[in-house]
Amino acid sequence: MRSYSPFRELFLARMREFYREPAAVFWTYGFPILLTAGLGLAFRNKAPEQIHVGLADSAEVAQLATALDADERFIVESASATECARLLRVGRIDIMVSFDDEAGAYEYRFDPTQPEAVRARLLLDDTLQRSAGREDVLQVAEVQVTEPGSRYIDFLVPGLIGMNLMGGGLWGIGFVTVDMRIRKLLKRLVATPMRRRDLLLSIISGRMVFTVPEMTILLFVAWLMFKIPFAGSLLSFAVVAAVGALSFAGIGLLVASRAQKLETISGLMNLVMLPMWLCSGVFFSSERFPAALQPVIQALPLTQLNNALRAVMLEGSGLGSQWMRLSILTAWGVVSFLLALKWFRWT
Amino acid sequence: MSDAVRCCDLRKRYDPRKKEPVDALVGLDLEVRHGECFGLLGPNGAGKTTTIEILEGLLEPTSGSVELLGMRWGSDDNQLRQRIGISLQETRLAEKLTVTETVRLFRSFYRQGRDPGEVLEVVSLTDKPNAWVQKLSGGQKQRLAVACALVGDPQLLFLDEPTTGLDPQSRREIWEIVRQQKSRGYTTLITTHYMDEAERLCDRIAVVDRGKVIAVGTPDELIARLGGDHVIEFALENPAESQDGPLKESYSELPSVTGSRAEADGFVLTVREPHVCLPALLEHTARSNYALARLTTRHASLEDVFVNLTGRHLTEADEEHVPA
Repeated sequence: MRSYSPFRELFLARMREFYREPAAVFWTYGFPILLTAGLGLAFRNKAPEQIHVGLADSAEVAQLATALDADERFIVESASATECARLLRVGRIDIMVSFDDEAGAYEYRFDPTQPEAVRARLLLDDTLQRSAGREDVLQVAEVQVTEPGSRYIDFLVPGLIGMNLMGGGLWGIGFVTVDMRIRKLLKRLVATPMRRRDLLLSIISGRMVFTVPEMTILLFVAWLMFKIPFAGSLLSFAVVAAVGALSFAGIGLLVASRAQKLETISGLMNLVMLPMWLCSGVFFSSERFPAALQPVIQALPLTQLNNALRAVMLEGSGLGSQWMRLSILTAWGVVSFLLALKWFRWT
Repeated sequence: MSDAVRCCDLRKRYDPRKKEPVDALVGLDLEVRHGECFGLLGPNGAGKTTTIEILEGLLEPTSGSVELLGMRWGSDDNQLRQRIGISLQETRLAEKLTVTETVRLFRSFYRQGRDPGEVLEVVSLTDKPNAWVQKLSGGQKQRLAVACALVGDPQLLFLDEPTTGLDPQSRREIWEIVRQQKSRGYTTLITTHYMDEAERLCDRIAVVDRGKVIAVGTPDELIARLGGDHVIEFALENPAESQDGPLKESYSELPSVTGSRAEADGFVLTVREPHVCLPALLEHTARSNYALARLTTRHASLEDVFVNLTGRHLTEADEEHVPA
């Protein structure tokens, strides 16, 4: 007589259902790669944008043109004062320079609420003052950082990995679970002597296994396209990613524990994920939020996951220094799983 | 030996906190003996599925007691689950698993059970072991669902409307599976709203209507209770009187007639001996100057039993009583 392991059969069923469904494979693997590549390209380092300067026709202003024409950071347009004002209004130029005969002074006209305009004013003024003979009093040297390890894309990639672990855990588990509920498959399964935790654990284990190729591919793409450096050990990264995946798997199960419609689960997922997308430091550091919000933001699992991933990938931290973050993540996962087991709707 | 299933004064109220709660069961009693195939027959919304799901331990009754194989839900759950097999009215099994994988999965939940291959033989799916579930026809899917119910080698099998929506061939295949289960000496409880299915398959039947059992017995017993096992149906050309008037009364006084009712455009008489009743009927119509539009005779069926008990047909959806 052959022996059967219910957990093994449930786990195999999850695996088979996953890899036999091309759409599921794409959304788990293809989409995050496209997203990472797309965002990476959008935020990769590029030459600073040129500044469009409008020069209002007058003899005094024309003198400035020589200094600006020589500098390739500026694109100069000469026109009448009214025409320049119009170009400024429609956003074709960042700043307009004219000469006020009464005051006997130059005049910059720009919108101080626009970062580009403010930057244009600073660079333009600096260039004009220098060309007019101003001496810098303070001696400074510049070091420009564009080498791997300190660029924005290096900051971004760990955030995107964290975001994928969250999205994969929540969608991957939430949809599968609610779908089984809609099909009355959950009801059919609890009508057997199956142990309920075997099913929930098989869903979570399945998700953990799907994470391995996902992370491998993401890291490979990040390295291939953006030459992302890897300061820490791969083992530490694997442990952090696994704890993160487990944590979000538990949360996914909790979110899906009662929902009876795909519409409900979609809404709930977005509700849970949106604050973390915004606040947990995917695209910019979570420390930029007001101090009053920090206790809440720091308690979010994605904040801790992103911080841990950055510490390992960018700073080469070992696991020992990350125990607090890993503990918070684990607590989220375990508490969510236990609550899910308690509240789960089987029929 | 005690009964395989016994439930007493089963009541189920849905949405008890809402203004208009639905009483799906209003005191239902049932006794199913070991080794028999027992049918719950009734129209849609009668409470059959509510009853069977309470028996299966998937639904809490509002009140009432349930005993299966001498055990109770709440104290012997795992024991019970090991020994019963269930096919729900509607389960969509995983589309991307094969037939064998699905049966193996269900087999793994039971301590003891049958070999998946052997069960596939029972449900005649041996030619499709590696087909994905989504590629199966409706009848094949239903047989697979029954295979999942059988693979734990259950002493007590619950089938909730196993043949609804299936073609005649597939229905007969399901019936064959139930008969095999019976020949193994096991008990089957089946719900259906097809009277022919109940009549052919079941040893005993409980007729369920509006949340309670209104008659129990073997198909023959139930039909015998009509008083006659033949039915004469006829219609008149242009009857001057309404069907429910004195005309109907006069028919019930014809010899050998045990019951009469007006239906659609004509009348239905339940009779013991058609050869006695027919000449009298023809004479009666001739005397009252009506011409017959049609006349047929047939054996009485469970449908007649149901109509006799409730005044409604099995197939008429009982709209106002369908639980939400």
